[in-house]
Amino acid sequence: MFNPAELNVIGKPIPKVDALPRCTGKLQYADDLTFPEMLFCKIYRSPYAHAFIKKIDLSKAKKIPGVVKILTGEDFSIPFGILPVSQDEYPLSNKEVRYVGEPIAAFAALDEESAYQAAKAISIEFEIVKPSMSIEESLKQGMIHKSAGLEFGDIEKGFLESDDIFENVYFYEGNTHLALEEHAAAAVPDPDGKLTLYSSTQVPHYLHRTLAKTLNLPPSRIRVIASPNGGGFGGKSDVFSHEIVVSKLALLTGKPVKISLTREEIFYLHRGRHPTLMWLKTGVKKDGTISSMHFKSLLDGGAYGSYGVASLYYTGALQTTTYKIENYKFEGARLFTHKAPCGPKRGHGTPQPRFAIEIMLDEVAEKLQIDPAELRKKHLVQSNSITPNYLKVGSMGLGKCIDKVVEGSGWKDKFRKLPYGKGVGLACGSYICGAGLPIYWNPLPHSSVMIKLDRGGGVSVYCGQIDIGQGSNSMLAQVVAEILGVGPSEIKLCCADTDLTPVDLGSYSSRVTLMVGNAAIQAAQKAVDLLKKAVSEKWGISEDKINFKNGKAFNRENPDLSLDFSEAVQLAEAKFGAVCTVGSYTPPKSPGEYKGSGVGPSPAYSYSASVVQVEVDPETGIIQIEKVWIAHDIGKAINPLSVIGQVEGSVYMGLGEALMEEQTFRARYNGVHKAPGMLDYKSLTSKDMPEVETYLIEDPDPNGPYGAKEVGQGPLLPIPPAVANAVYDAIGVRIREIPLHPEKVLFALKNKAPKRSFPSFHAPKVIRVPLPSESPTTSLLSSDLLRSESLRVDSSPSSGLPPSSSGAVSS
Amino acid sequence: MIRLPEFRYYRPKTLKEAVKILNSEGEKAVIVAGGTDLFPNMKRRIQTPSVLVSLQQVKELHRKISYTKINGDQEKRLVIPSGLTLSEVCENRLIRENYPFISKTTSSIATPLIRSMGTIGGNLCLDTRCTYYNQSLEWRESVDFCMKAPEGKLDIPCRVAPGSPRCVAANSSDTAPLFCALEAEFHIVSQEGERTIKPAEFYREDGEFYLNKKAEEILSEITLPSSENLHAVYLKLRRRGSFDFPVLGAAAVLKMTGQKVKEAKIFLNAVSSAPIEVLESEKALIGTELEEEKILEAAESARQSAKPFDNTDFYPHWRKEMVGVLLKRALLELKSRKT
Repeated sequence: MFNPAELNVIGKPIPKVDALPRCTGKLQYADDLTFPEMLFCKIYRSPYAHAFIKKIDLSKAKKIPGVVKILTGEDFSIPFGILPVSQDEYPLSNKEVRYVGEPIAAFAALDEESAYQAAKAISIEFEIVKPSMSIEESLKQGMIHKSAGLEFGDIEKGFLESDDIFENVYFYEGNTHLALEEHAAAAVPDPDGKLTLYSSTQVPHYLHRTLAKTLNLPPSRIRVIASPNGGGFGGKSDVFSHEIVVSKLALLTGKPVKISLTREEIFYLHRGRHPTLMWLKTGVKKDGTISSMHFKSLLDGGAYGSYGVASLYYTGALQTTTYKIENYKFEGARLFTHKAPCGPKRGHGTPQPRFAIEIMLDEVAEKLQIDPAELRKKHLVQSNSITPNYLKVGSMGLGKCIDKVVEGSGWKDKFRKLPYGKGVGLACGSYICGAGLPIYWNPLPHSSVMIKLDRGGGVSVYCGQIDIGQGSNSMLAQVVAEILGVGPSEIKLCCADTDLTPVDLGSYSSRVTLMVGNAAIQAAQKAVDLLKKAVSEKWGISEDKINFKNGKAFNRENPDLSLDFSEAVQLAEAKFGAVCTVGSYTPPKSPGEYKGSGVGPSPAYSYSASVVQVEVDPETGIIQIEKVWIAHDIGKAINPLSVIGQVEGSVYMGLGEALMEEQTFRARYNGVHKAPGMLDYKSLTSKDMPEVETYLIEDPDPNGPYGAKEVGQGPLLPIPPAVANAVYDAIGVRIREIPLHPEKVLFALKNKAPKRSFPSFHAPKVIRVPLPSESPTTSLLSSDLLRSESLRVDSSPSSGLPPSSSGAVSS
Repeated sequence: MIRLPEFRYYRPKTLKEAVKILNSEGEKAVIVAGGTDLFPNMKRRIQTPSVLVSLQQVKELHRKISYTKINGDQEKRLVIPSGLTLSEVCENRLIRENYPFISKTTSSIATPLIRSMGTIGGNLCLDTRCTYYNQSLEWRESVDFCMKAPEGKLDIPCRVAPGSPRCVAANSSDTAPLFCALEAEFHIVSQEGERTIKPAEFYREDGEFYLNKKAEEILSEITLPSSENLHAVYLKLRRRGSFDFPVLGAAAVLKMTGQKVKEAKIFLNAVSSAPIEVLESEKALIGTELEEEKILEAAESARQSAKPFDNTDFYPHWRKEMVGVLLKRALLELKSRKT
C-alpha cells in the first residue's frame, strides 16, 4: 500500500503538533475552564476504610453561606462501573463505605472555599467495621471478587518431561499513576436542557455511556468533551464519581459546576497497579526449553471492581507471547480489600507476571549455565505463530531487541564479570497493541475517523481519540498528512467530542496508534482517491500517475505539471460535492474460543528488551541505577521522537516501581493512605534518573498502520525484573519482590529477609483447553456462532458486593 | 490543592517595625521567612494562622554576609543575616571559600526552586516533621489527630509512640545540626531587645515546642566561629537525590592541633526532635589522629545512642543502622580531606 522510500512525514522525528500550547501553558486543561455563574464542587469522602452510614446530618452544612446544592447517596439509584460485569459503585455512597476516600456527599457553592467549608460541616454517624487490608486476610474471609483457572495442554505431563523444576514466590507492590494533571471536570447545562461535560478522561465514550445510564438521560442529550490530559497512564480510564456528581449538580442547579480534585483525592481514586502475590513453577529441559509453566496470582483489588476482572486475566495472558511454553496453566483470583480500588496502570496486569518470569529465567540460566540472553533467544516465539492460549503473534522483533541491548551495553564483558557491588541484569517483555475486544460487547468499529477538506485547502480531521500526552494527536495528523501530501501542522484536529467526532473507544490498552491510525489511513485514502479522480480528469492522465506531496498534486512522470492542494479539493468538490470521508477500524477476530479468551488477543504485539546496570552499596543497601539500555520493537516508528519519549517515560516509571513507589495504607489507623502527596510518595526525581540508551527496532506488523505497533506501555515491562537481576549480579542476593528498598537489600544480604509464602489457593474451576496444535483449527477459527459466548468471562456474582450483571470484558 | 485560608498579612520594612507587629499580634501571628514550608502546610490546613508577618522586606535581615569585629577588634567573625535565601548563602563567595561545608549543606536542601525562596533563618526554625502531622486536615481527622496537632482536643496521644509524654516529630533542618556542631551563635531580637543563644540550646527535644524562642522573637543573624583549623562535614541520608527532607543527618566538626583532634562536636538530626549531640562519639575522637578503629568506635557509639521513631520515610531500624554508617563516612571524609 505504501512505498517506504516515498514517505515524507511518517518516520520523521517532528515535534508534536500540540507542543507549543502544551509548553507555553496555553493549552486549556479541564481545571483551566471557567464559565459565567459557575459553581464549585467539593466532595466529602469517607474517613474510614469500612463503615456503615447510620445518619447524615446536613443542617450545619446547609447554613454555610454560598452553598447552593448538596447531594448525597439518596440522589443516585443507578450503579456504575467500567466493565459490564462490575457495576458495583454508586456516585455517592449512602449505606456502606469500603475505603477511605469513598465519596459520600457533594457540595456545590458559589466559590471553592464555601464548598470546602460546607463539606467540613457535614456530620455523619458511622458504624465502624474492621476492614480487611491484605490479600491473605481477604482470602481467609472469602472476599473473592473473581477467580480464574485455565490450562492449555497438560502441565503435569510437561513437568514429567522436564529435567529441572523451578518454583518460587514473588510479590509486586501496588503503585499509582502520578499523572501531573490532577483530575478535573466541568459540567455545563445548555439552555435547551442538554448537558456538556468537560473532563480530563482517557475514555470519553465510556464516560458518555455511563452518564446516560446514571443520570437516566438519552445519550443524545449528553455531550462529553475530553479535555487535553496532563498525563493519564490508565488513571483516567475509569468513570469517576466526581464526573457524575458535577453533571447531576449542573442539571439540578441549571448552572455550570466544576470540580478540581486535590492530589490526595487522586491517591484515593487510584485504579492503579494491583499489589500481586505470585507463585510460579517452571519445568525446563536441559537446553532451556520450557516444557511446562504453572502460574498463580492473587491480586489485591481494593474496594471495587473497576477493570479488575480484566486485570486478573491479564496477569495470566501474556506469559506466552515471548518464549515458547509447551504447556501452560494459570490460576488466579482478585480479592476485595478495604483500600482504594485498583485498576489499569501502564502495562495493566502484565508487569507483575513479567517480573516473576524474567527473574525465574535468570535463575534457570544460572542453573543451566547458559547466558540469560542466549537462553531467551533460543526459545523465542516465532513470528506469525499462535501461542498455547491462542494469541496470534504477527511481527516479532524480540530477538533483534536482545541483540541490540546485549551489544550496546557490553553485556558479554560485564555479566558476572563486574566487581562486587556492580552488576547488570537483562529482561524482556511484550505487550498488546490494543485489545481485540471492546469493553462492552458490540459489533461496531473500535475507532473511526472523519476527514473534511475545505475548498481553501484546509484539512479537518475528526476523531473521538484523546491525546493523553503520548502524542496521538501528532500520530493522527502525521498519518493524514502523509497521504494527503500536506504538512502535519496544517491539519486541524477536532478530537474527543461526542457531539462532533466519531467514536474511538479511548486511550487505553495501547490501542490508539494501531486503531486510530488504521481508521485514519482509510479515511485519508478515500479523500485522496477523490482528489486523484478529479485531477486525473483535468490532466487527462491515469490516477496512479498522480502524487500528492508538499501541498501540491504532481504528475509523477512530469513533475513540472502540478497544481495546489486547494485547487485539487475544488476540482473534487465540483465533481463529487463536499469532500468528506470516513474510515473505521475493527480488529481481526481472535482464534481463541474458550471462556476468558477475551483478554489477551490483540492485532499485534510489541516487544522490548532491556539491560540495566546498577551499583549496590552493600553497607546501606542503596541501589544506584547507572545506565539503562532498552530496545523496543515498535514495528514502524511513525514519529521516532515521540516513540523514544514514550520509551524513556516507561523506563522512568518502571524504575520508580522497581525502586521506590508504593501505594500502601495504615491498617492500624482506619486504613488511611500512608503518603498521599508527591513529597512523601516517592518517585524518581531528575537526579535519580539514569542515562537511557534507546534502540528502536522496526519489524513492521501487517496489522499496524505503516507497520506501527505500540510503545506507550510495553517498554515498562522489562525494567523491574532487569533491576532485580542486576542486583543479583552485583551482590549475589536474589530479591523476588519490589520495590527494592534499601532495607530489603540489606536484610537479604544479612540473610534476614522475611520469606514470603503463597497461601493455599486453587481456582475453583479450571477450564482445560486443548493446545492449538491438538485442536481442529477450522472449527476454532470459524465458529462465529460461539463467538459472542466466548467473549464473556465467567460472571458469577461478587461476594460481599452488589451482584454484577454479565457482559463482555476486555482491557 | 485547596487554596490558602484567609489571613492578615504584614510586610514590615525594618526589624523594629517587625518586632512591634509581632508583639501586638501575639501568639496568633506566624513569621514568614520564605514560606516554602509554611504555605504548603497552610494549604493542607496543618497550620492556619490568622496573621502572617513576612520578613521578606526587613532590610536588616538582607544585608550582605560580612565580617564583624569582636573583642575590641581582636578577632573578626562572619555574620549571616537570617533573611538571605538558601541559594544566596550557598553561592556566597566568603562562605564557599571559608565554610565550604555550609555551601554543601545548603545545596542539599529541598530543590533549587525552593532554595531560591526559602531562607537560612527559615530553615533553622523549620517546623518538626512527622508522617502523622504533615498530612491534610481530612487525613488527620481520619486518625483523630495527634499530639502535635490536637485541633482543640485534649489528651491526644502521640500516634507514633502512644506512650510518649511528648511529641516525637523529627527535626528535619539540614542546617540545624551543622550550626549546632559549629557552635555558632544565634542572635534573637524582640521588642524587649536582643539576646544571643548557642544553637544547641535553641532547639528543644519536644516535637511540639521545638524552639527556645517566643512567637514574637525573630532569629536575626548567625555568627560563625573562626574557620581556622576547623574541619566540618554534614552528610544527609534521604531516598532521592533532591527534594527530600533528611531521614538522618550527621554533622561532625573537628578542631585540630597538628594531626590530633583537639575538640570534636557531633550532632545527628532527623532521629529526634532536636539535633542531638553524641557525647560518646566525641569522646572517642578527642586526642586521636582519626585512626580507623577510633572512627568505628565513634560511629558505633552514635548508632547505639540513636533512637529513631517510625515517623519519616524508611523503617526506623534501618535508619538506626545507618547512623553508624553515615557517621563513619562523615569522619572518613574529614580524615581524607585532612591528609
